[in-house]
Amino acid sequence: MRRRSPALWTAALAGYAFLYIPLVIVVVYSFNDSRLNAEWVGFTFDWYRKLFHNEEMLSAAGNSLLIALVASAVSTALGTMAGVAMYRYRAKLLAVQVLTPIAIPEILMGVSLLIFFVMLNLTLGLASVALAHIAFCIGFVAIVVRARLAGMDESLTEAARDCGATPWQAFRHVTLPLIMPGVIAGALMAFTLSIDDFVITFFTAGAGTVTLPLQIYSMIKIAVTPEVNAVSTLLMLLTLALIVVATRLTPSLFRN
Amino acid sequence: MAARSDGRLGKWLVIGPPLAYLLVFFAAPALIMALASFRTPGEFGGLSPLLENGKIDLNLDSYARFFTDSIYAQIFLKSVWYALLTTLFCLLLAYPLATLIAKSGKRHRDLLLLLVILPFWSNFLIRVYAWMIILGPNAALARMVNGVLAWVGHEPVPLLFSSFAVLICLVYVHLPFMVLPLYANLEKHDQALLDAAQDLGANAWQRFWRITFPLSLPGVYAGAALVFIPALGIFAIPDILGGPEDSLIGNVIKQQFLETRDWPFGSVLSIVLTVAALAIAGFAAWVARGSLGTPSSAGEARA
Repeated sequence: MRRRSPALWTAALAGYAFLYIPLVIVVVYSFNDSRLNAEWVGFTFDWYRKLFHNEEMLSAAGNSLLIALVASAVSTALGTMAGVAMYRYRAKLLAVQVLTPIAIPEILMGVSLLIFFVMLNLTLGLASVALAHIAFCIGFVAIVVRARLAGMDESLTEAARDCGATPWQAFRHVTLPLIMPGVIAGALMAFTLSIDDFVITFFTAGAGTVTLPLQIYSMIKIAVTPEVNAVSTLLMLLTLALIVVATRLTPSLFRN
Repeated sequence: MAARSDGRLGKWLVIGPPLAYLLVFFAAPALIMALASFRTPGEFGGLSPLLENGKIDLNLDSYARFFTDSIYAQIFLKSVWYALLTTLFCLLLAYPLATLIAKSGKRHRDLLLLLVILPFWSNFLIRVYAWMIILGPNAALARMVNGVLAWVGHEPVPLLFSSFAVLICLVYVHLPFMVLPLYANLEKHDQALLDAAQDLGANAWQRFWRITFPLSLPGVYAGAALVFIPALGIFAIPDILGGPEDSLIGNVIKQQFLETRDWPFGSVLSIVLTVAALAIAGFAAWVARGSLGTPSSAGEARA
């Protein structure tokens, strides 16, 4: 509270401005009555109306939702197990498998899964994308669940066991309810990561399958249009809502 | 203790499913890619058969190509250079942000931190797209810059599809990765050290350079690794915002897999990238562990 110099304030404010001005511009121009994203002309909802009549966009959104639901459900189950295993049993091999996909550049997982799926003669599409998304989401769920376990009183589980609960009963009725906020936060993160993923999807989707980020990519490769701003704004609202809920559930999450 | 009577079966019921999934969908593909780097490209792209006339066809041709054709080493070095610049600029921007958050009262701290994280959670492509708008030829920024350039008698320069666009977006996308570990470190610093230094006559700059900065090095190394590694493998930013000169190693990998369809060579490039990423991560972890007087030990001493 002492020593917060004006210079520090100015530099930090500039940092926040740098982080937010680009996003604000995207949102503002989504309501702009002009094809060019260059200057403000007037207010309109036209780009949103166009969006809801764009068949390609709607089908891409449907694909994204379906993949995100499947990927977050499966990765939450597997990630919770991984988090518990890493915390209780200090499973080294598992920890390496869980954390490396997060640590290396995404493109590596994308291309190695591409080779893998093609070698297995698996047709690239919704299934291959979902399988790939599960693989990289497990780590994020595991980290959140492990953080939650670390903040938990292990003696409660011990007490349940002493009172004669089986390991499963102790987990189901004591541990799981206590780590539930972490599990839900992990599920929301996995959903967000899946629905936002571009790089790994780009390599594992094949030619026929389009997700929302892939659709956005092909649109911005052709031209900058306010329709992209509109879909971006909606997507931002969705993911930000999910993340705010997730961080509320695990306030200590981003400290670790 | 908790593991005492769960038994081996219970343990493997918990470890087994996630481990099996990741062995199949992470470790196996990685090994297959490593093997693919020694194989021969197929006649129509992809890979040629592993068994040719009863002989296993493995060779070092693609590695030889990487090490003899200097264009690929150049692109790799250019990627390292871009990632280094990105790390440096992220550090310069992140330091004041992390300091401000660490010095804020408890009430504002979580909000200020959340404000740094939120942009990271908005879609990656949207954040790249935002810079297409800002740097676009008809946007205010380009008109202003070129207005000034015209005034001093300089040719107009395009901002979009340039190295400048690629770099600014690289910094933009990776900034939160630098702020978080730096904040986590700065938060633990002992104010008493700075007070003591001030009592002994150190000015603000001396206090920062001789105390705060050295103590923050573990945070700096962690942040640098978190920024440098993904920045090294990026392909979408040069693809969308860069000119033809801005092709990085990620773009060449994408090209080898999806356009040229030379999988063995694409795998070689991917392996080089993996080795570089893991080496840097290992180095950062090693340096961070080796630095003396970490804030956590200072904190423990205080407690």
